[in-house]
Amino acid sequence: MTQAANIDTERLTGLLQLMQRIRAFEQAAIAAQKEGLVLGAIHPSIGQEAVAAGICTNLEQADLMLSTHRGHGHTLAKGADPLAMMRELFGRAGGTCGGKGGSMHIADFGVGMLGANGVVGANIPIATGAAHGLKLQGSRQIVTCIFGDGAVNRGPFLEGLNWARVFDLPVLFVCEDNGFSATTRTATMTGGAGAGARAQSIGIPAIEVDGNDLMAVDTAARAAINDIRAGMGPTLLHAKTYRITGHTAVDPATYRPAEEVEAQQANCPIARLQSALTLAGVEAARLAALHTEALHEMTDIAAQAQATDWPDPALAYADVQDVGNPAERAF
Amino acid sequence: MARDTYLNAGRRAVIEEMQRDDAVWALGEDLGRGGVFGQYKGLQDMFGPARIADTPISEACIMGAAVGAAMTGTRPIVEMRFSDFALCAVDELVNQAAKARFMFGGQMRVPMVVREPIGMWRSSAAQHSQSLEAWYAHIPGLVVVAPSTPADNLGLLKSAIRCDDPVVYMEHKNLWALEGDVPEGEHLVELGRAEVAREGDAITIVTWSAMRHACLRAADVLATKGTEVEVIDLRTLWPWDRDAVFASVRRTGRLLVVHEAVSVGGFGAEIAASVAEALHHHLKAPVRRLGAPRIPIAYAPALEDRARVSDDAIINAVQGLIAPRTVA
Ligand SMILES: Cc1ncc(C[n+]2csc(CCOP(=O)(O)OP(=O)(O)O)c2C)c(N)n1
Repeated sequence: MTQAANIDTERLTGLLQLMQRIRAFEQAAIAAQKEGLVLGAIHPSIGQEAVAAGICTNLEQADLMLSTHRGHGHTLAKGADPLAMMRELFGRAGGTCGGKGGSMHIADFGVGMLGANGVVGANIPIATGAAHGLKLQGSRQIVTCIFGDGAVNRGPFLEGLNWARVFDLPVLFVCEDNGFSATTRTATMTGGAGAGARAQSIGIPAIEVDGNDLMAVDTAARAAINDIRAGMGPTLLHAKTYRITGHTAVDPATYRPAEEVEAQQANCPIARLQSALTLAGVEAARLAALHTEALHEMTDIAAQAQATDWPDPALAYADVQDVGNPAERAF
Repeated sequence: MARDTYLNAGRRAVIEEMQRDDAVWALGEDLGRGGVFGQYKGLQDMFGPARIADTPISEACIMGAAVGAAMTGTRPIVEMRFSDFALCAVDELVNQAAKARFMFGGQMRVPMVVREPIGMWRSSAAQHSQSLEAWYAHIPGLVVVAPSTPADNLGLLKSAIRCDDPVVYMEHKNLWALEGDVPEGEHLVELGRAEVAREGDAITIVTWSAMRHACLRAADVLATKGTEVEVIDLRTLWPWDRDAVFASVRRTGRLLVVHEAVSVGGFGAEIAASVAEALHHHLKAPVRRLGAPRIPIAYAPALEDRARVSDDAIINAVQGLIAPRTVA
């Protein structure tokens, strides 16, 4: 961030705005969960917004993306409508999945977001297959697959990466490494050097990047995406970041020392991009306004979601399958 | 009509559907060499390695990749070699393929066919012999098919490939060589429709897959003794043809379900319970199931046969059910 003078301040201000909106969306969701309005588990990505923003800004809308249980940020960054997303979290009609998925299954196929997934690592083979399908159809679209550091210890990681290499598929694998698998430090459960080394052993280039540095993620993602679109096959981007909240919105995260969390708060990607932009001459008041605008937008969206009807209970039987009658044995 | 084998009929189904629809492709281990049993023989020459794709030994990824590929507009046929190995890909089938359409609010569908050969074939032991159809019939979102004749293997596989739901398609390994009459032109069999394989009024036997043939043999023997057995081949386990089964049991008043899979928790339990719930006033005898004991399948023929439902066991069960009830 020393070359502050050369940066494209307009574009980066737009990305800061996106990051603020992601954070405000999740803050509104956490507040709603505390009131019992958002049910189930939600996994905030507060502190990890630069990964979502830095990658998605380099994707085209037609490109596909698959995400994890911590997928709100990725989904917003891919272009989904925050009101539909919030309705989904509230389980209301008009949610991205009609209230059938909730936070962990947020998806908006209209913007190429093929779904968050509740099973760690499960989206890796699916993303690989999506890329395989695209390749068979001669498409120029690419697929981005975001997973956590915990996923690299599951078999589907190995199987999916190997497959992508063998078939030379257009996939960007992103390991969004926040250091934790739920309450356990992933490093203590991982043999060897982790995601990048494992990818390289399969013949997939791996780039490690400071995931809290928006500009670094942006630059790395752009290069990787260009290569993939040029037909060079898969790449893995290993973005090191930190989640500032607990694993879920109700996790007090007492397994982490307070000093560590404090230090990471100062290192948060929003704070870092703000200071870079200030240094580059963007008015502090303008940046501060982005923050308050985002808060207003998302508080308002949460209120609208709350005011939305529940889905028609009859829809519990819809979209199960065409063949057979899902209501057959209903009482 | 022409004579053909169960194996060739399945192969013909794949060829016809791949010629009809460019979106159809197949993936699995060793498909280039024709697949484990030759079901794909010559297809890579016909359609090229991209559409008859050899894959790594990565069952989870074969299944998961098919889910992703189905979501993006293709229609994959997944080859799992044996239903036993499909257990390596249960998350991908049960948590992903079966639920995606519902979970994502109907934004897309997952049109894929998972071919999982089932059943005992001599001395293949515990990890290559199972019939696991009940597991999948239990999962909302999946269609489960178990063809028993060459004609049905053609017509049902074609329907499965055209189906927009994920279909678990379970061919029986011991039937590959079975010959039968197969229609010559376009032949489709509707999913979810049973076939009355033999008519009779003394008792209804409901069965599927290879057990159809054992039941028909048993029925021949019983006919010589004056007992006319109705044999219904379910063909599709989910959805199963309740109307056909209920209509028959209403007439005969007796039901025996015969399947090769372990009896405990088997799909026969579902049929028996449904009939008992709905038709108890029509029943002249208790409903009965015949399936394997709850033991893994052994290698030595003498032990393996303990897991096999024999023709005699079917005959005995029928005779037990039609014998006049003795008053204690
Ligand atoms: C296969 C599977 N096992 C366990 C879980 C429970 N679980 C949910 S999130 C999580 C931690 C995942 O860690 P990581 O992949 O690093 O992602 P992060 O939560 O840190 O974003 C676990 C264990 C799960 N969802 N899926």
